[in-house]
Amino acid sequence: MDSHDRLFDDRTPGVEEYEPTASVLSYTAGLGLAILATIASFVVSQTNLLWAPGIPVGLVVLAFAQIGVHLVFFLHLGSGPDNTNNILALAFGVLIVFLVITGSIWIIANLNANMMPMS
Amino acid sequence: MTIATIETVPTAVPTELARGRGGGGPAPKRIVVAYGFWIFILSDIVMFSALFAAYAVLSGNTAGGPTGRELFNLRNVFIETMCLLFSSYTCGLGALSAERRQPGRFLVFAALTFLLGAAFLFIEASEFAGMVAKGAGPSRSGFLSGFFTLVGTHGVHVTSGLIWLIYLVAQVIVKGLRAAVLRRLLCWSLFWHALDIVWVGVFTLVYLMGDFR
Repeated sequence: MDSHDRLFDDRTPGVEEYEPTASVLSYTAGLGLAILATIASFVVSQTNLLWAPGIPVGLVVLAFAQIGVHLVFFLHLGSGPDNTNNILALAFGVLIVFLVITGSIWIIANLNANMMPMS
Repeated sequence: MTIATIETVPTAVPTELARGRGGGGPAPKRIVVAYGFWIFILSDIVMFSALFAAYAVLSGNTAGGPTGRELFNLRNVFIETMCLLFSSYTCGLGALSAERRQPGRFLVFAALTFLLGAAFLFIEASEFAGMVAKGAGPSRSGFLSGFFTLVGTHGVHVTSGLIWLIYLVAQVIVKGLRAAVLRRLLCWSLFWHALDIVWVGVFTLVYLMGDFR
């Protein structure tokens, strides 16, 4: 593959095509950020650092942050034109995941609220 | 001297020439293969979303049995999380060494990845065995059915990832780091990173949400 090919080449999740020297740094930065997010999640869940009713929201935010770190630093998904197809597929996946999870929780919560009280 | 200007390599890729937007001709095989595998991974994550949804709606239905707070040991969960995270890191470094055609370094990182994954599975299996021994098996309550299905499916994925890794290491040793083997390694590393992403959801929803103070 000559330099011209490399320049116009497409990208795929998991591969850092353009800056091979920066890759170890990218993985290490991702590892550090992911460890920080993990420790923050465990600390938030086990202490009173956050206002108690806000803890689930805090945990969800930290989880999304960590998933973002994994996608960018480990799977190398970026916002460049070479990543359009990967991001589009990911966006569709996220949409389905969101519909399935929130839809199920919403429907079952409604069912539970409308159940006849068991005596 | 027009030829010289044509030969000059541009310094930035114009948007309309990037292959992701339809320009520049057909994509190389490794891009097509990895894109197809990326679609598979997303479908796998959609399947996990159904299990997450099932767990989320069932987690309160303990049927008078033990709750998550009584069963979960967060210290073990933290160790499991770190095992999987570091194995993702060594997997990435292994993929880099493979791209740079360094089979020796690749084998070291593959062995580290395998050991960390196996440690994760060992902790998870002993957690499951301890719960079943306490009478908190999958048939005890809706909460435990959802728990064992979700966490167990993730564990089965990790197990198949480890078996796949052994198979790939054998290929690297026998066939060397040729293009077809590199494409398989790329798919495997995507799979392994995706499992770590699913685990972030598991430890947040199942363990931390089930046991915060």
